[in-house]
Amino acid sequence: MADARTELVAEAVFAALADANRRAILAELTASGPATVTELAAALPLTRQGIAKHLALLLEAGLVSAEPGEGRRVRYHLQSGPMRVAQQFLAALARDWDGPLHALRAHLESS
Amino acid sequence: MGFPDRIERTVRVERPREDVWAAITTAEGLGTWFGQSAEIDLRVGGEATLRWDGGHEAHLRIERLEPTSLFGYTWGIYGLPKDDVRRTYVEFTLADDGAGTTVTVVESGFAQLAPAEHDTAFNGNTEGWRSELDELVAYLHG
Repeated sequence: MADARTELVAEAVFAALADANRRAILAELTASGPATVTELAAALPLTRQGIAKHLALLLEAGLVSAEPGEGRRVRYHLQSGPMRVAQQFLAALARDWDGPLHALRAHLESS
Repeated sequence: MGFPDRIERTVRVERPREDVWAAITTAEGLGTWFGQSAEIDLRVGGEATLRWDGGHEAHLRIERLEPTSLFGYTWGIYGLPKDDVRRTYVEFTLADDGAGTTVTVVESGFAQLAPAEHDTAFNGNTEGWRSELDELVAYLHG
């Protein structure tokens, strides 16, 4: 089993991804790079207040970081580390051994 | 609870152990049931490559070899970037079972975290860590 720290990081990522608006914010930061709340509001069908609320949650979970700046000029960056932690859990779920082992048996028993 | 670090499967094959061994340790065998083609340098430390239609490749590094009973290798974790240092360990164990063979596959290491990953995963954010993570931060900086 994964250790407790790893679990916490993965949990934060999957909780963030469970919400469509937070997915949209993370997707925008991935696609277009660091952005301010104003820039995100221009790119997404969300209010500045809504974006600020989700960013606060993403910051708390360590999935984005805030580049120091004044008020509205604060730029938010995606933190890829937690995503890579979550990715290895998905890799376990995506590993298919049943298919290859079925093929191994079929190969041997038909030859 | 939690995610699996380890995947285990056992299948019984109605063939002698030598045949199963050839299927999992020769280019001809691996290129038939596992990949669409394969190359293998069968020795500890040797490399094997599996290829599939569409250009996907898997690179195996042979770690353990006990002819006709144990074949172990590491390979990159599917879905992670090519330069990621994390690898899982796969071990095939073969045992006689009447006229057939029992094949056990164990793949482990999905929940590992390379030291470098700790830095990017846990140290990147300098503000707003949840209180549960305070202990972790202290540990990593201690």
